[in-house]
Amino acid sequence: MGLKQNNYLKVALLGNPNAGKSSIFNGLTGLSQKTGNYAGVTVDRQEGKTTFFKDDAKVTLSILDLPGVYSLYPKSNDEIIACKTLLDEKENIDVVVIVVDASNLKRNLLLATQLIDLKFKTVIALNMIDEAEKQNVIINIPELKKALDVEIIPLDSRRQKGFENLKAAILNAKISESIFYDLNADYLKDCDYKQYISNLISKKIDPSANENADKIYRFNTINYLVAKNVKSPEQLSSKRRTSKLDAIITHKIFGYVILLMVLFLVFQFIFFISETPMNWIETAFLNLGEFIHNQLPAGQLNDLIVNGLIAGISGVVMFIPQIAILFIFIGFLEDSGYMARASFIMDKIMRRFGLNGKSVIPLISGTACAVPAIMATRAISNTKERLITVFVLPLISCSARLPVYTLLISVMYPNSKFLGIFNSRGMVLFLLYFLGFFVTLLTAFVLKRILKTTESSFFIMELPVYRWPQAKNIGIMVFSKVKVFVKEAGKIIVAISIIIWFLSTHGASEQFETLEKKQQTLENLAATEINTTELKKVEKEKLEQSYIGKFGQFIEPAIKPLGYDWKIGIALITSFAAREVFVGTMATIYQANDSENEVGIKQKLLLEKDNDGNLTYTPAVCWSLLLFYAFALQCMSTIAVVKRETKSWMWVFIQFVFMSGLAYLSAFSAYQLLS
Amino acid sequence: MVEFVTLYLIMESLDHLKIGQTAIVRSFTNEALSSKLIEMGCLPGEIVSLSKTAPLGCPMAINISGYELSLRKDEAASVLIELLA
Repeated sequence: MGLKQNNYLKVALLGNPNAGKSSIFNGLTGLSQKTGNYAGVTVDRQEGKTTFFKDDAKVTLSILDLPGVYSLYPKSNDEIIACKTLLDEKENIDVVVIVVDASNLKRNLLLATQLIDLKFKTVIALNMIDEAEKQNVIINIPELKKALDVEIIPLDSRRQKGFENLKAAILNAKISESIFYDLNADYLKDCDYKQYISNLISKKIDPSANENADKIYRFNTINYLVAKNVKSPEQLSSKRRTSKLDAIITHKIFGYVILLMVLFLVFQFIFFISETPMNWIETAFLNLGEFIHNQLPAGQLNDLIVNGLIAGISGVVMFIPQIAILFIFIGFLEDSGYMARASFIMDKIMRRFGLNGKSVIPLISGTACAVPAIMATRAISNTKERLITVFVLPLISCSARLPVYTLLISVMYPNSKFLGIFNSRGMVLFLLYFLGFFVTLLTAFVLKRILKTTESSFFIMELPVYRWPQAKNIGIMVFSKVKVFVKEAGKIIVAISIIIWFLSTHGASEQFETLEKKQQTLENLAATEINTTELKKVEKEKLEQSYIGKFGQFIEPAIKPLGYDWKIGIALITSFAAREVFVGTMATIYQANDSENEVGIKQKLLLEKDNDGNLTYTPAVCWSLLLFYAFALQCMSTIAVVKRETKSWMWVFIQFVFMSGLAYLSAFSAYQLLS
Repeated sequence: MVEFVTLYLIMESLDHLKIGQTAIVRSFTNEALSSKLIEMGCLPGEIVSLSKTAPLGCPMAINISGYELSLRKDEAASVLIELLA
């Protein structure tokens, strides 16, 4: 069977974009996926495992999902990664599975012939065979198999058919005897194709010199093979359906109306559908906190667990529903083929702003999280357009801002009102997202004038046929996104929650210690009305004297013009690590300020008064905060990823200063105008 | 010389293709774009037809090699075609 020790094989998965590579990867590995990074670059490296029994022996396939590419010439980032990984001896790849779209054999076979020429053990996964058959595309698989000398496995990933055959074929894979490169070509006379590609990688030869000759030579062979072995009707029914749909979706008026409606729908959904599970989660954690508070002996540890740890974890878990809903939408738009149309109708507009039609996908993904969106800008081959997209992306309101928006909007509108059919909170949310997009485009427009370039920009892209997205693919994608959020953001949020708990319950001054003793005495007295009022006063004074109180007071002069007090100042400082920390910080601060656990954070903010007895969270303050959070670059992960993608601290610095300045000015204006 | 002139006269660039017209891709005028186009299946000898243009006139979408490819007007201008009757 050609297995290594312990019956383990390393399998690389390659294919054209839109050939259904991820559904095959998901079909093979299910939820056993790990997302990592390729060394030196920020392209996601997806790996998974599948274990099964073959002749009573346990077999493990370790599957590496390489980026989707059309050919193997190491020019674009994705192609360089694919080539380097394949030829890297440390990767030790045993078998290459080539994913091919059965309805579009011709274009897909270019990559296949290159992989065959690299002399790997190969298997062709003929994906979406169901779709091809339904449209009367008849492929003579045995003949094609003979010509390519590679096992071809028809797959219906939608119905999970053919995967057992694919696994068996991977175990039995062999090196094809066929050769598709031009044996008479001068540039290949002294070396084989593998050596040629590795010479290209090491830049010993210029890739563009013989590229076209190689590709055209291959296509001549492929055209012959396809003409001989594939019978296809004049026009496929999926293409007919697609062109009918496109008559509306890319229509000069309806196209934009639909795009706007899609975006609007997404926000209304996030707000409505996620509200219920979020309330459940909040209540569950409050009950858990109360239960533990009563079970454990009173003291520092009890306080740490209930007000530090549980409050922090609840702050992470609470936002899973929103993130999941947003990624379900993005997955649906991408897999259905709509995203490509959005790019298509937006390209000319985007170009005016120095962006690219391909910037639309990162910009829309940026509503979920700037980090993957900045990574997705790799698809833009023009450096200037890519830089501009990366620079303006963090201005798009991401899902980490949602918790902040949600909280502040619900404080502004304690009871949701309806304006016609629309929820007033949803309207404010939509306005904030719209503002984010507007400022994004404005900034891009200015940058387009400032940055100079001689490089030309590309927009050569496939418009895939419309397909119903597969629930399983979206489900797995959403699961892995949520996992990354809980793991990456969660770590920071919980850690910061605990630090803040410590800083808000400890102080350096003698006054702090006196207040602490006074508090203990009061807690032991009978809970009369006078005692309780006195206790609250002491607790508030204690918070003012704590480390964090001192820090907040220190920056208060700078944020006073924005309408913020020192408590908001504390939240502002802590959210420079990650925006969503704002809510956790507020929870911790006000938990410490009040001993009633069962009242939610929203209620506490609504009741919060300043020293003169005026409400702290007036609409002016809420708007000022909303705008500050809309524009400030408060995310360590974004900073890290911008540095990696631009390879320059300079860009990060300019971006940080620009966004902080914008945030301060707009918050200042909002507060001064509204109060 | 005569042959060159005749050939030039029947050559159009892809951006001039109208809805309903069919043509054959003949050659390219831009080296960098040509390699990208070729790997996407837009290569000499292929039959091409215009599928649609975006609302603002650019980019355009063509039917080629059995699928739909979108490209900008100025990119299409680098593809020389021979119109079929």
